[in-house]
Formats: sequence, C-alpha cells, structure tokens
Amino acid sequence: MAVVRRRSSTPQAPDFSRAQVEALSSAHEEPAWLRERRLDAWQTYAATPMPYLEEEWRRTDYRHIRWDEAERILPANGATAAAVPAKNLEPLAGAEQGGLLVFVDGVVVHYQLAEALARQGVVFTDLRSAIRQHEGLVKQHLMTRAVRPGDGKFAALHAALWDYGVFVHVPRNIAAELPLQVVCYNTKPGAALGHVLVVLEDNAQATMQVEYASAQQARQSAYIGATELIVGAAGNLRYVSLQDWNRQTFEFSHQRGIVGRDAQLDWVNGVMGSRLTKAFIEVDAVGAGANARVSGFFFADRDQFFDLDTQQNHNAPLTNTDLLFKGAARDNARTLWQGMIKSLPQMQRIDGYQVCRNLMLSDSARMDSIPGLEIEADDVACSHAATFGTLEEEPIYYLMSRGISRPQAQLMIIEGFFDELLQRVPFERVRQRLMDEIEAKIIG
Amino acid sequence: MGVTLEIRDLHACVDGDDSPILRGVDLLVRQGEIHALMGPNGSGKSTLANVLMGNPAYEVTAGEVLLDGEDVLEMEPDERSRAGLFLAFQYPVAIPGVTLGNFLRHAINARMKADDPESKGIPIPRFARMMRQKMSQLHIDHAFAGRYLNEGFSGGEKKRAEVLQMAVLEPRIAVLDETDSGLDIDALRIVADGVNSLTGPDMGALVITHYQRMLDYIKPDRVHVMFNGRIVQSGGPELALTLEEKGYEWIRQQHDAQEPATA
Repeated sequence: MAVVRRRSSTPQAPDFSRAQVEALSSAHEEPAWLRERRLDAWQTYAATPMPYLEEEWRRTDYRHIRWDEAERILPANGATAAAVPAKNLEPLAGAEQGGLLVFVDGVVVHYQLAEALARQGVVFTDLRSAIRQHEGLVKQHLMTRAVRPGDGKFAALHAALWDYGVFVHVPRNIAAELPLQVVCYNTKPGAALGHVLVVLEDNAQATMQVEYASAQQARQSAYIGATELIVGAAGNLRYVSLQDWNRQTFEFSHQRGIVGRDAQLDWVNGVMGSRLTKAFIEVDAVGAGANARVSGFFFADRDQFFDLDTQQNHNAPLTNTDLLFKGAARDNARTLWQGMIKSLPQMQRIDGYQVCRNLMLSDSARMDSIPGLEIEADDVACSHAATFGTLEEEPIYYLMSRGISRPQAQLMIIEGFFDELLQRVPFERVRQRLMDEIEAKIIG
Repeated sequence: MGVTLEIRDLHACVDGDDSPILRGVDLLVRQGEIHALMGPNGSGKSTLANVLMGNPAYEVTAGEVLLDGEDVLEMEPDERSRAGLFLAFQYPVAIPGVTLGNFLRHAINARMKADDPESKGIPIPRFARMMRQKMSQLHIDHAFAGRYLNEGFSGGEKKRAEVLQMAVLEPRIAVLDETDSGLDIDALRIVADGVNSLTGPDMGALVITHYQRMLDYIKPDRVHVMFNGRIVQSGGPELALTLEEKGYEWIRQQHDAQEPATA
C-alpha cells in the first residue's frame, strides 16, 4: 500500500467567479432553469474545498497546476477544422459517417448528420443547439441523473461553467446503425469545459466515439469535463472515448453510465495524453438484467500521471458489470487505478467483475491498483484482481529465435498485451491508429 | 557443398550457477543430414538446443559453435535465426495478443529487411497463400493463423505450430527439441511427415528425442547418445535400436564406471 506523505500546502483554487457564471449564461441567452442550475452548482462549488486528502484524492497530487495559465476559458478565436489533424477526422468505418461534430476550442467548426439518421429521428447536435431545439429532453437529463453537481468539486465547477457539449438522443425502438463521431480539439492553452450527454430511449441502439486532443503548448490547460450516458430499458450503447490531450493539460472529469433494465452498455475508455488525468468513471446498473462492460487502456510515459477511479454500482438485482483495464507505464510515469464494486442492500444475483492489468516498462515508473468490493447481499458472484508484470525475457527470446530483433520483439509483446483491449474498439481503422500511437509511445 | 553446424568442445551452465550442464560437446551436422540426439533426462539435450539458439538463461563457458564457418556464439538469437538456424521448442511460450500469422509475417519481413534494408516485406496476399499451403501440408486448420501464439494451444497444436514455423522459415539447420513428446500416434505421424517433407538437400536436422519411437518415422543418418553433458556414443540408425533394447541404464553403467562423479 502506498505510503502517503503529508503535504505541506493545500491545492490552490482557480480564480473562477459567480459573475463569470452569470455572464456565460447571459451571453448564450440561456433559459431561466439552466441559469438557476448553473448558479446552484456554483454555490455547491464555492462551498466545497479543493479536494486534497479525501480517500479518492489523497494519492493524486495536482498542485503543480498553474491556474493562472489554465483557468482562462478558451475564447472563440476563428480557428477552423483545418487545425484538426486529418487522422482525427477520418470516418470511423467505411466512407460514410453517421454523424460528425467537430469542436475547436469549444466552437462547432463542422457538423453533419446522415440523412438516414435524421429521418429516424436521431438527434445528434451540439448541446447549445439542443437546448433551443429539444429543451425538454435536455432539461430532463442534463446533470440530473448521471453526473450531478454534488459529485465533487470539479463536477460542481463543470455544472456551473460548462461551455460546450454534445447531445445525442435516440428515440424508442430506433437503431442508429451508422456510428456517430465527435472530435474535441483545442489549439490554445486554457480551460475547456466540455459535456457529453447521450440518451437512448427504451430499445434504442447507437454506436459513438468521442475523441479529445490538443496541440502541444508551452502553457498549461485544464479540461473539466463531464460525460453522461443514459441507456433506457433494452437499449444498447457502444461508446468509445479516446483522450490524447497535450502534455500540459490537467484533466478532471466525471463520467457515468446509467444502464436500464435488460440494457447493454459497452464502454471503452482510452487514456494516452495529458500531464495529469483524474477521471471518475462509473456505471450504475439500475434495472434487472442490465449489463455493462467497461474497458480501459492507458499508457503513461515521461512525467504523466493517470488516476482512473472506477465504480460499478449494482442498484438492481440480476445485474452484470464487467470491468477490464489494461495499462503500461514507462520512464517516471505514475498510474493509479482505484476500482470499487458496490451493491445496494439485498441486490441478489448480481455479477460484478473487475480487473486491472499493469505492465511496467521501467524501474522508475510506478503503478498502483486498488480494487474494492462493498456488497450488501449474499447471493452474488463478485470478484476482482490486479496484476503487475514486466517485459519478460522468455517471450522476447522466443520471438527473437525466429529472426525478430529485440526492439521489434518487445514492441510485439507490448502491443499484444493491449490487443485484447483494442479488440473491444469496434472500428478497425481506429484500432490501427491506436496501435500506432502505442507504438510511438514505446519507441518514443 | 552444404552448410555445416559445427559444435566444438562446448561447455555451458545456467547463467548465475557454476555447475556445468554441457561438459564438452562435439558434433557436426551437415545440411541434408538428419542426426538424432538421444539420452536420459538431465543429460543436457535441451540445454544444448537452447545454447545453440542463444537462450540468455544459459552461459557458454568454453568451446565454439560455427554455422557455415561463422561464430554463432557471437550472434544474438535473431541473428542466428536469420543465419539459418531454427529451434523447435519443447515448451513454446504463449504470447497473448500476437497472432501466429502476424508473428510469422514479422519473422519473414525481418529476414527480408536484413537482406535489403529497403525491402517493404512480403506482400500480404502472397504471405497468406504461402501460409495456407504450408498449413494444409501439415493438416493444420487455416483458422490457426488467427489465433494468439501458443495461447490455449493443446500440446499437439503447439508442436505442429513449431513445425509450421519451421516450414515457413525454411532454415538450413533445424534443431527439434523433443518435438515428439506429448503427441499421440496420429499427431506424431503428422509432425514426422512435416519434418520429412522439409528435410532433404536444403535442410539438416538435429532431432532430440528421449524415445526411439520418433525414429520409426524420421530416419536418421546418425544417432548420438548424450550423457552427463557430453556425447558419449555415436553410430548409425542401429544405435537407436540398441538403446531401445538395452535402455539408458546400459549407457549409464558404461560411463559412470569411466568417470568419478563430480561434486
């Protein structure tokens, strides 16, 4: 178990203000309910100390953030989709995109939705447009069920000051066949507060990928994000999130999936970028027969620090959650996975599984995994595991004995380690690109 | 003139442990010849195989190994492979996430790139055709190429996968380390047929086996018996039959008498 040294100073707080919340809401002519929610969230934010020694924060030291650089919310600056690397804009599969929404510095620079999906009544739009066009739906779901302002200091900050976002709504009994793609790209240092709200009504289906990236900067950035995935009864959502922020970005994000009766959520989360990431990734199985598969891959190098805090909440009987995270660390990087499986009392016949597999590629890297169970029922099948390995000589020798050089053999073994996870990304093209990114980290 | 693998007075121990396992091995294998290496458990057969391939777990303390006149001991395992040496492992290691097909394509490309740094490697359709043909020849289900290397393979599948790798890489000298162990009679016949179809003027083989039965299917030109880290007896195919008849006890008695036990 990690020895935690007592820290001498508490984290510095960013210099956001209530006036900023009011100005933001006014500038966008938001409806009164939204303005009120923002101001309520601000109150929660102001009343909450900067997280620091709480259990889920005490291993995560983010005091090297320079808020004077990172707190300035990115202003619109005329950047266009041309600023986004071509690889991020490639269709996920085939030549046709179901939908593509591209944000640059928080501004929509590209939007398209396939005619077929629009005809089915699928809503795929930016959150500000959705507030105007689908106000009732947004009001019903926006930070009311999945991520709530009370979830933490940064959840409250996000609720008060979220600046841009995506809204997806798939009506009852509709299957959106073509995948939806979102790219959030930043060209400037500063604060970004992006939101994803996906709502699948009963028996609806969708596949979606959201990608986060930014241009390298000398100055720091903060991403204070929230992701809400709400899957109605018998719905089926495949969701892929890929994060590759620049090395001066600090991410603080809250992400939660709500999985209804007999519904399915297949969620893959990739963390490659940022200087520091603190992500709360949670699923609530809220209806009998709900099934959630949560997969994560991460690769930390140099001075990166990833803290992935997962929770699988069994709030109904006969629910199934399956979590697999796989990560590697090299150089002086540090990774931490803290996982928890929870059940409400008397939630019988639940099946929760969590495992984190760690591959340590240098002696100076550090990886921690802390699994946990809090189950208040007896007829359950819950288990957890964490494994740690290094690159072993035996498989390297085996590959070399067939003529493959040592560096290539190491590369193949590390890529092989991640293969199981990458196979869960439902797009061949994206898998290939992720392999290339992993390769670049191994060689780099 | 074929290539030769020449082993001269080879001594080796486990890296970090001084007690010798190989204590002066001499052997000459020519391309086109099949040599059988027999001997009781613990006599050093597998150690010899691994030392030849460059397993880092072993340390060579004396002697030399020459392939086509080149010093093998100076080479890394991948260089040995590209020079034409092959080892069919007794216990092939599983490598999760790396498919057999992808692995072999990398192995071929590594050869092509070593010959020509500009090489783009084998075109995938040509590779796929070649794999299908070799797999059919060894009665291997074509789906095999898409499976993770040795992961969840049965004992027989592992051995067949080793022979498939040999067929694809076309070595000049192959060492087969107890490729017969753990095989039922049908699997043994398939593996032996595979080995027989590959040996010939272009490939020499050193077939390591504990039992004579492998040699019912693979006819050796020479048979050697290893005991206590040395080759103590060599002869024609009839030597294997003598061994079968008299057992390893016969060898033990002859050689324990000759030399006092080492501490």
